[in-house]
Amino acid sequence: MKKLGPHLLHYLLLSAIALLCVFPFWWTLVTAISTEGNVFAFPPTFWPKAPSLENFAEVFRVIPLMTFFRNSVLIAACTVLWKLVLCSMAAYPLARMHFKGRKLVFGLILATLVLPSEVNFLVNFITVTKLSLVDTYTGVILPNIVTAVAILLLKQAFEEVPQDLIDAARVDGASEWTIFTRIMLPLIAPWLATVGILTAVEAWNEYIWPSIVMSKPDEFPLSVGVLYLRGTFGSSTRVIAAGTILTILPTLAAFLFAQRFFMRGMDGAVK
Amino acid sequence: MSRHSLVAWLFLAPALLLLAVFSFWPVGFGSYLAFTDYSLIRPTQWVGLENFRYIFENEMFVTGLRNSVIFLLMVPFVQVGALALAVLVNNQLPGIRLFRAAFYVPVVTTVSVVGIMWGFMFHEQGTLNYVLMLFRLVDAPVGWLSHDGIALFAIMFVTLWRGLGWYMVMYLAALQAVPADMQEAAILDGASRWQRFWKITVPMLRPTIAVCTILSVLAALKAYQEVDVLTQGGPMNSTFTALYYAYDQGLKHLKLPRALAASFIVSLLCIGIALACLRYLKPKHR
Repeated sequence: MKKLGPHLLHYLLLSAIALLCVFPFWWTLVTAISTEGNVFAFPPTFWPKAPSLENFAEVFRVIPLMTFFRNSVLIAACTVLWKLVLCSMAAYPLARMHFKGRKLVFGLILATLVLPSEVNFLVNFITVTKLSLVDTYTGVILPNIVTAVAILLLKQAFEEVPQDLIDAARVDGASEWTIFTRIMLPLIAPWLATVGILTAVEAWNEYIWPSIVMSKPDEFPLSVGVLYLRGTFGSSTRVIAAGTILTILPTLAAFLFAQRFFMRGMDGAVK
Repeated sequence: MSRHSLVAWLFLAPALLLLAVFSFWPVGFGSYLAFTDYSLIRPTQWVGLENFRYIFENEMFVTGLRNSVIFLLMVPFVQVGALALAVLVNNQLPGIRLFRAAFYVPVVTTVSVVGIMWGFMFHEQGTLNYVLMLFRLVDAPVGWLSHDGIALFAIMFVTLWRGLGWYMVMYLAALQAVPADMQEAAILDGASRWQRFWKITVPMLRPTIAVCTILSVLAALKAYQEVDVLTQGGPMNSTFTALYYAYDQGLKHLKLPRALAASFIVSLLCIGIALACLRYLKPKHR
């Protein structure tokens, strides 16, 4: 008993906070799969009543959910791919080459962390308009490909590769590109996975920028489409709740299966 | 330039190009446009401080700027809360990973979904009012998002809810880097748990606390997404923040110069604070 006492309190505290974090999700899920009773009532419904998937089916009838889903997948996949390619290419020389201007470039990349990037969307909207990229996925993806955090993480990964491997390859006459693609990239694969999965969730969740670039509902990703669903005349709270659940399911699954990537990714970014 | 340098620059070129266009150009060009009457349809003219005069005489921006400063009240709650959470989950108790996951789930949820879900929670007949009335904390349902004196704080709470898990992970990583032998030595010296926390853990965590606090301050000053998905600035413009004003003017009303003047002010505030903090809190080790 002497040992359980403090732990019991500990668990009670943890559970109370966990409830606060998770309850909105639970309520939304219950509302989405229930088909009977009032949605808003005292006391609220904490357990599904007459559960069915009817509300989910209704979501598909009200909005082009599969199209939204495909758009989200497209945006996330392209952002991940391009980010991995371009950011690892940028991180490699910063980590392993000595060249004129290296400190300056590194400083510039660090500076983007301090710059108030949240306000960039105003001018980026002008830029994207001038480049005729409004209503294109290129316009949505392009500003999100290169981020300082990704470059810093990958730079750190490259720094951990033993110098002997690079020297041996150079002696064999391998070009920098061969060393990069054949030796370095495979060795930092776990880090690429970390950056990839963090980016995928970020891109999936992005809401403001796609809603600015994309004007036609058919082009929306899910994060924007789910609000469109809320604005659609006649969609009930239950249907909105069902749409909400469908929107977060992929990111929740990614997070739960790859939890360690999220915890480790942040750790690396701080250093 | 040596061949080696050339190769390095070729590797860097595509990333630098994108950074230049989408990260540096907005700062420079945006700052310039804040002093003009720019629009997509006619030639641009320099108007000096006109846009700034306009926004500072505009009630929505002034309210917004004030609200952005009020948002700073959140910072200590987020930081103390996140550090406390990190301490609570920094152990190997059974099921602890599940709790960590639960605290982090709001972070991986898109802001539009957060807006919808908290819209449900804040509903007059919603769960929050039910619980508060159950414990007799309020007598009648509160209009969390429809009362102009309350809505801003409801939004701040949602921001806190979204942010806790993110900072918790930062602190957790820092806690796990505190050498175990230091704690053990202190235990041998008879230091209590409380003493060890304040005399060993907190000093070791100083750099992380500094970085997280700066990030949190900047995030609070720049908050606007939660406003968009919860209240869109209402009721009666009471939940405008400085950046929400910029967003609203720039993209909903296409008044880009005004929007850029507003974001210029926010940027100045942010850069000023960041520089002051960096100077003051520069980590000494490494």
